[in-house]
Amino acid sequence: MALMRVSSPHAHGSYSTGMVMRQVLLATVPGVFVLTLFFGFGTLVNVAWACLVGIALESLALFLRGRSLTFYLKDCSALVTCVLLGIALPPYAPWWLIAVGVAAAVLMAKQLYGGLGYNPFNPAMVGYVVLLISFPVQMTAWAPPRGLADVPNLWEALQACFLPAQFDGVTMATPLDILRQNQGLLMEDLWAQTPQFGRWAGIGWEWVNLAFLAGGLWLLYRRIFTWHAPVAMLGSLALMSALFYAGGSSSSGGSPLFHLLSGATMFGAFFIITDPVSSAVSVRGRLVFGALIGVLVYLIRVWGNYPDAVAFAVLIANFAAPFIDHYTQPRVYGHGKSGGTG
Amino acid sequence: MRRVHDFHGGIHPAENKHQSLQQPIRSAGIPPQLILPLSQHIGAPARAVVAVGERVLKGQLIAEPGGHVSVPLHAPTSGVVSAIEDRPIPHPSGFPAPCIVIDSDQEDRWAPVQGVANYLDCEATELLELIRAAGIAGMGGAGFPTAVKLAGKPGRAVKTLIINGTECEPYITADDSLMRERATDIVEGIAILQHILQPEDILLGLEDNKPEAIAALRAATTGRAIEVVTFPTKYPSGGEKQLIEILTGQQVPSGGLPGDIGIVCQNVGTAVAVRDAICHGRPLLSRITTVTGDAVEAPQNFEVLLGTPMQYLLELAGLHPERCERLVMGGPMMGFTVTTAQAPVVKTTNCILAPTAAELPPPPPAQPCIRCGLCAEACPASLLPQQLFWFAQGKEFEKLEQHNLFDCIECGACSWVCPSHIPLVQYYRASKADILEQRREHTKSEQARQRFEARQARLAQEEEEREAKRAARKAAAEKRAELAAQGGAEDPIQAAIERAKAKKAAQQDGQPVAASVSPEAALRQKLAKAEQRLAQSLASGEDAKIVSALQASVERLKGKLAEAESAETASGAT
Repeated sequence: MALMRVSSPHAHGSYSTGMVMRQVLLATVPGVFVLTLFFGFGTLVNVAWACLVGIALESLALFLRGRSLTFYLKDCSALVTCVLLGIALPPYAPWWLIAVGVAAAVLMAKQLYGGLGYNPFNPAMVGYVVLLISFPVQMTAWAPPRGLADVPNLWEALQACFLPAQFDGVTMATPLDILRQNQGLLMEDLWAQTPQFGRWAGIGWEWVNLAFLAGGLWLLYRRIFTWHAPVAMLGSLALMSALFYAGGSSSSGGSPLFHLLSGATMFGAFFIITDPVSSAVSVRGRLVFGALIGVLVYLIRVWGNYPDAVAFAVLIANFAAPFIDHYTQPRVYGHGKSGGTG
Repeated sequence: MRRVHDFHGGIHPAENKHQSLQQPIRSAGIPPQLILPLSQHIGAPARAVVAVGERVLKGQLIAEPGGHVSVPLHAPTSGVVSAIEDRPIPHPSGFPAPCIVIDSDQEDRWAPVQGVANYLDCEATELLELIRAAGIAGMGGAGFPTAVKLAGKPGRAVKTLIINGTECEPYITADDSLMRERATDIVEGIAILQHILQPEDILLGLEDNKPEAIAALRAATTGRAIEVVTFPTKYPSGGEKQLIEILTGQQVPSGGLPGDIGIVCQNVGTAVAVRDAICHGRPLLSRITTVTGDAVEAPQNFEVLLGTPMQYLLELAGLHPERCERLVMGGPMMGFTVTTAQAPVVKTTNCILAPTAAELPPPPPAQPCIRCGLCAEACPASLLPQQLFWFAQGKEFEKLEQHNLFDCIECGACSWVCPSHIPLVQYYRASKADILEQRREHTKSEQARQRFEARQARLAQEEEEREAKRAARKAAAEKRAELAAQGGAEDPIQAAIERAKAKKAAQQDGQPVAASVSPEAALRQKLAKAEQRLAQSLASGEDAKIVSALQASVERLKGKLAEAESAETASGAT
């Protein structure tokens, strides 16, 4: 009887990192489905191509770093990064744009920092911001939603990606752009005059956001992350837009509902800021982290120069995460209120 | 009903308790050989008081406490001491340690023992002494000497006595079966503890997954001032600090003891041991141990003599050695692996777990920490395990202490939930050991520094004193010179020199100085005095050293006198 010598505990729960990542991937399905429904196959092609490039680059990096490919690819973290980046990029983006973004995300933001767990910034958002700053034209070209124009089919979508020169796509300003460029129209009039607006926010966008919300709620139910950061972000974003709604006047920043269901709000709240690696760690820390992002998103959307603000807000909050951690350490058992209730 | 409180975190691992609860507690009988480690408790090891070859009776003292925080050891059965030597013991280090080995004679003959007739007539100190003499150390697993814990700090009243029947670790059912079968003994033991401590409240806490034990205790405590409190099952609610928070809503201050907030915790098994010691005079000789895991055919609870080799117990339970990959003393969360089944059952062995590889698979290789925070959610001490891990990897001891590493109770909840399978507790244990080592080193170097500084100060002071003397001499000389210059009083030294010169001149002139006596005469006088002193000391019987010293001085004087006389005759002859 050869007896093993191991340290306690001897029992383990059933969670694994790969499992967590796969559930995140699964939870993106409703959002991707609705995106495809409204904007065509562009997002799917983005995601597929990004994953292909991402796995190749991740393998290369692991090989160069002398790490076990199977062991580290199994954690599926590269796939998550690539899927999230693929979703964030405008549909019908050219292949090289996606490849550059993936390279920035996987190689620069993740592997150069030491791989999974060591990246101070959200890799997908680094990839996105690198592209947004380098290729603003391609990055701001969003296809119009179904109903306002013809939606390209799968073949056209592939053509857009791999033979961009031969693709003649239509683009249209997103509701967030329209609102920011609004000069002197009351909210009501703007809504009536612009075809892009739907019931609560932009056509298509409202459903995309609701789909990502559904996926996020499922992850919450599966206890993949806690509610603190998403709720804090959505709460502070709603609060900011309520404060600056200005009764729907021409100087209004848009209603809370509009902001909650526009752009990457829900996607960001449940899939981006919940990245545990680059966020604050404690419960209070995550509340502060989420609230900070909500405020930043509103500031950049309404007074900034970019079409959406989630990526910048997240990166700025990533910078602040260690600082937040420092000031939000939880009260440890037996410290402070000694003899008080726990 | 008392309001129970919740504590932060906690986990719900598979309980696996039913396997060992299929049959009542069974006596394990007397094995051919018992191995009794001298250290089965926290504190100084006991000192053997028997010799190899000596016959011992059941209950006879075989080792006495090695200090204040220590307990004695008794022979669990009658037999012959066959060896006192290092043997494998159940300890996380895996190192062998001194043990008394008794070959049992299977007769189980008792040494005379007697309990107290009525403990209510006894003083608390008297009962504490009996508990100490019975060798009782905490039976819940920590093994802290019970009498020391009960004595507490002088002058500090105990408000609440908590009896711990929680047994939150998976697999273990030793306390559960004890509570089911010996509830009245437990209650009797608690009554003795009550008499010793005089607490305001007595709370007996256990998880709601033990309905039979709860019913038995409720029945046994009717009409007594003991409140049976149940609370939802959650690991690690049986940890002392967690149980205190559950039952009272209070937290033990960091680095402090429950006594600091007027609370004493005792395990149910300890209560029974106290009852046996006081009412029957029986020292701690046996305990209830759960033998379980899929590698044994019939998991069950044994009443087992201390010192029984684990192998013997495992065989009684039907061990399949080929299935057993590791052997754990304690539960799957906090137990440690023992390296050989030859190791004995000791006072703290609440469970021997023999799992199969499928049951408790070896841990997979650790993946990177993704800071998911599941560990922080699970931590009952509200620590941030992911941050501690980060700092532990970087050996950032200051940061670790700042993040309260030493409040970690090593319950293993963080490791259990970790999706990356990082052995977090192992990192914390290693870091704690490193920090303690560093502190010891620091104390040592601090002492050395203080010693060095003290020496420097002493040398400086001596130098200063010398300097002061020099200065004083110099000042005196100056003063003299000044006086001489003033021509007032005569310089005394100068005057003495003058006198000596005059005397010498007189001698040279052949005129002996009137006042002076010849050297032989002086010597003779001295000799006479010395001889008188010697005679005195001999008469009064003074110390031999003094006598010999006096004798030596007499001899020396005689020698000098002879020398002087011969010199005299020589000079007279010329």
